Amino acid sequence: MKRHLLEAADLDRADATLVLDTAAQIDAALAGREVKKLPTLRGRTVVNLFYEDSTRTRISFELAAKRLSADVINFSAKGSSVSKGESLKDTALTLEAMGSDAIVVRHSASGAPHRLANWVRGSVVNAGDGTHEHPTQALLDAYTIRHRLGRLEGVRVAVVGDVLHSRVARSNVRLLHTLGAEVTLVAPPTLLPVGVGSWPAEVSYDLDAVLPKADVVMMLRVQAERMNASYFPSAREYSRRYGLDAHRMGALGDDAIVMHPGPMNRGMEIAAEVADSVRSTIVEQVGNGVSVRMAVLYLLLGGRAGE
Amino acid sequence: MSTLITGARPYGEDAADILVEDGRIAAIGASLSVPGADVVDAAGLVALPGLVDLHTHLREPGREDAETVETGSRAAALGGYTAVHAMANTDPVADTAGVVEQVWRLGQEAGLVDVVPVGAVTVGLRGERLAELGAMADSAARVRVFSDDGHCVADPALMRRALEYVKALDGVVAQHAEEPRLTVGAQMHEGDRSARLGLTGWPAAAEEAIIARDVLLADHVGARLHVCHVSTAGSVEILRWAKSRGVQVTAEVTPHHLLLTDECAEGYDPVFKVNPPLRTDADVEALRAGLAEGVIDAVATDHAPHAVEDKETEWAHARPGMLGLEQALSVVVATMLETGRLDWRGVADRMSTRPAAIGRLDGRGLEAHGRPLAPGEPANLLLLDPGARAVVDPAALASRSRNSPYAGRELPGRVVATFLRGVPTVLDGKAQK
Repeated sequence: MKRHLLEAADLDRADATLVLDTAAQIDAALAGREVKKLPTLRGRTVVNLFYEDSTRTRISFELAAKRLSADVINFSAKGSSVSKGESLKDTALTLEAMGSDAIVVRHSASGAPHRLANWVRGSVVNAGDGTHEHPTQALLDAYTIRHRLGRLEGVRVAVVGDVLHSRVARSNVRLLHTLGAEVTLVAPPTLLPVGVGSWPAEVSYDLDAVLPKADVVMMLRVQAERMNASYFPSAREYSRRYGLDAHRMGALGDDAIVMHPGPMNRGMEIAAEVADSVRSTIVEQVGNGVSVRMAVLYLLLGGRAGE
Repeated sequence: MSTLITGARPYGEDAADILVEDGRIAAIGASLSVPGADVVDAAGLVALPGLVDLHTHLREPGREDAETVETGSRAAALGGYTAVHAMANTDPVADTAGVVEQVWRLGQEAGLVDVVPVGAVTVGLRGERLAELGAMADSAARVRVFSDDGHCVADPALMRRALEYVKALDGVVAQHAEEPRLTVGAQMHEGDRSARLGLTGWPAAAEEAIIARDVLLADHVGARLHVCHVSTAGSVEILRWAKSRGVQVTAEVTPHHLLLTDECAEGYDPVFKVNPPLRTDADVEALRAGLAEGVIDAVATDHAPHAVEDKETEWAHARPGMLGLEQALSVVVATMLETGRLDWRGVADRMSTRPAAIGRLDGRGLEAHGRPLAPGEPANLLLLDPGARAVVDPAALASRSRNSPYAGRELPGRVVATFLRGVPTVLDGKAQK
């Protein structure tokens, strides 16, 4: 494993598989235990540095670190020196001086974790940067697929929605490709980046043509505000062409699953009856997120304990 | 006072002595002997006319923490320049006779290069109404180049009027070609890399659309147009077409667009963030070919100093721009001369003769720039050691800022001396004030 987890490309197939296997071991070790806590990172300090509001990702990382017995500090940009104009570099040096072993960073600017990694000695974990990547989301998605379908090699995954602005899509395309899955991106052309042709993924504008062949349908959050910039004419038209409703769900194979990274816009990209169906893994993904983030922190920090 | 430069190779050709007297070249010939003259041994060095930059940001007034007229002038002299055009996006904006005269006077006081102010096209660079272009032209600064650089004159009707109006001033509008609606939030060249890095793309078409529009407007009203920092292969094609139709259009390319590509954005170091952005290998190839062919007339630095805190930040929050004055000639040697695309006369043409002509600095007086190395001409010249190679160290630069994209890169050619009207501004590679 590299020292940092900045993007999915930091993981080769062996590393990615190690993370998933470690998460499975952690799940097994904690299953049925009353005290869900391991002593592995006792005395280590993990900082959650969040420049964007994201309660679910922050508490997932917080829980992961606490279950490994690490000390956890939550550093939110709001109400801190950051809102008084402190630079990312100065914040990094401050956290470094306080002895942080890992910084989990969420930032609205693509590449901010890369910058941070230049300024600190500890590990940096990207918890979502701008429209770039969100590698632990991709890991928990891969973990969920493997858990449900028993494999990743050859699994056909349709990623549907606002690919252009999605860090989840970028990380998933890279990681799923590394792990041998076949990804098809489905979106209106306005929500696909120029240059998408160089990605290791197929591209389609037609959701109905893709669904019957998909083992996994991953729906991305689409912000209704995008219609104001003419990415699509209206929320209703988007939903009609690219939303997953009960009727479309009927076109899926028997074992196919439906995923969503959350938070969902029910009625926009996904209908309530789909989100709540037995195919849906949405709640499972949240639980798996904690295990996968424990595995990442353990592998980045555990090996260097006592250093 | 006379200076004898011995053994230099004008335009890289046969060695000759150059005698400088009273600010002019008095003689060029073999074994000149002048009792009492200061002697500068230039054996093996290439002599070129002093370089002229059409596009420099000196940051004064307003951001003297990033650069001043004096520090920028020193960087220019060390780069072999004897004249630089100072862009108008200062604070306050150079949109009045008062501000352009201030910048011009500061340049005269520094005395290292002739600082030629560029006037803003529109008041406050806001793109709404014309600044007092005539007043700036008639001022002591004698402005001939007008530009809202940093911003595009996007309104087509306003651009048309600007092109027409400056005809009476023998002026030229230098357009920063960027259709603003196509570059909202843009961070880097739009292509494979921007898609993967998750940085908002700056499409080539946003530059090309404005250039296409403006050459048609310049043709229609019979005016001169200059295009700043051309960065795409498509722009070169449009310019080639326009020139073949006789449109009075000229264009410049920056050293960094001749050398670097969007690959530099990997790693998100904002020292490589620039506007227009670094583009692809195919664009670099087309720009080099266009410059060799003459479709692109000039190399202009777009020297853009920025304080450390404006660059040591997240990519999206950093200011665009990079230093250029001190390495421009080396980059041109590496990309154009050593590749065989231009000879030394070609380098002199693109970095001195043509930019001086575009800025109307190429008159007959002692104040002229871009004149050939010949007896009777103003003694503006540089001496270059073409065999020297050095690794760029930003801490060693004369600029007040450190945002050089060439840090750690080995480049050929070292400016040993620069003369401004016969007075050495640089000797032994060191600025003389």
